[in-house]
Amino acid sequence: MNIIVTIFLICGLIFFFGGAVGIIRFPDFYSRLHPAGKLDTMGLLMTMLAMALYSLHDFCVASVLTSLKIILIVVFVFITSPTATHAIVDAGVRAGLEPWTKE
Amino acid sequence: MAVTEQENYHQGQPHSSDMKLASPRQKRFSASFFITFFIMFGLWLVLSGRPDLFHISLGIISCFIVSFFSADLLLPSPQLKKMPGLWFRFIRYIPWLLYQVFIANIHVMYLVFHPRMMDVIDPRIMKFKSRLTSDMSLVTLANSITLTPGTITVYISIYGDVTFHVIDIESGKTLPWIMEARIAEVFDE
Repeated sequence: MNIIVTIFLICGLIFFFGGAVGIIRFPDFYSRLHPAGKLDTMGLLMTMLAMALYSLHDFCVASVLTSLKIILIVVFVFITSPTATHAIVDAGVRAGLEPWTKE
Repeated sequence: MAVTEQENYHQGQPHSSDMKLASPRQKRFSASFFITFFIMFGLWLVLSGRPDLFHISLGIISCFIVSFFSADLLLPSPQLKKMPGLWFRFIRYIPWLLYQVFIANIHVMYLVFHPRMMDVIDPRIMKFKSRLTSDMSLVTLANSITLTPGTITVYISIYGDVTFHVIDIESGKTLPWIMEARIAEVFDE
């Protein structure tokens, strides 16, 4: 059990790390949003799953409720995160920012 | 935002037959009222986590009030008949979406850690015309495209014109079209 939790946590942290590196390395506003908005969501899914599994360690009503709450966090982030990313992109387009392209 | 969307949804389909005016009382205690009530109450039980008399009665009162006023927002009555099938297909769609999100995440990770990243990526804006018509399916399409790394929805119109930004050609080549077909299947269009 602990091993599975650790694997999930490490995968999630790798995704978070990739997101952070991507924000620094990518060339412009729009392409930076790709790692910022989405790799974070995946990292969150992984780490939160690990925590939900970990809180099921001693199986009782309270720990099941805690896991359900953690899973609800993931569900709501999956609904709201694309909307937030889209809002940022839309702000960039309205401000007239041209996307970087390879010539 | 959800409120205006649902209202548009209503107004967008005035022809959908059984919109004949039910008397307010009959409308209030319809099936959508009870479904809303049970969803709300389940959520209350999970979030409060205290199964004593005080908290449960508080929950029943507040869920009753909320679903009394807003049952039609969550489940508009005319569409209620199609709902169970739609939910079933939607739930089947979620694992597929998660799998695609995972694959695309790996791809973006590969791009991020690529030593010659500037040569590999090729960001551009692409457009296509979707054949989806209803608001909910367009919202689902836009959110699915944005949720998949490598593609972000920039703009989507009510007529189905989708504009999206891709990080490299490979991510935008096939996925939105497959996604559109799956969503059309889910919403039965």
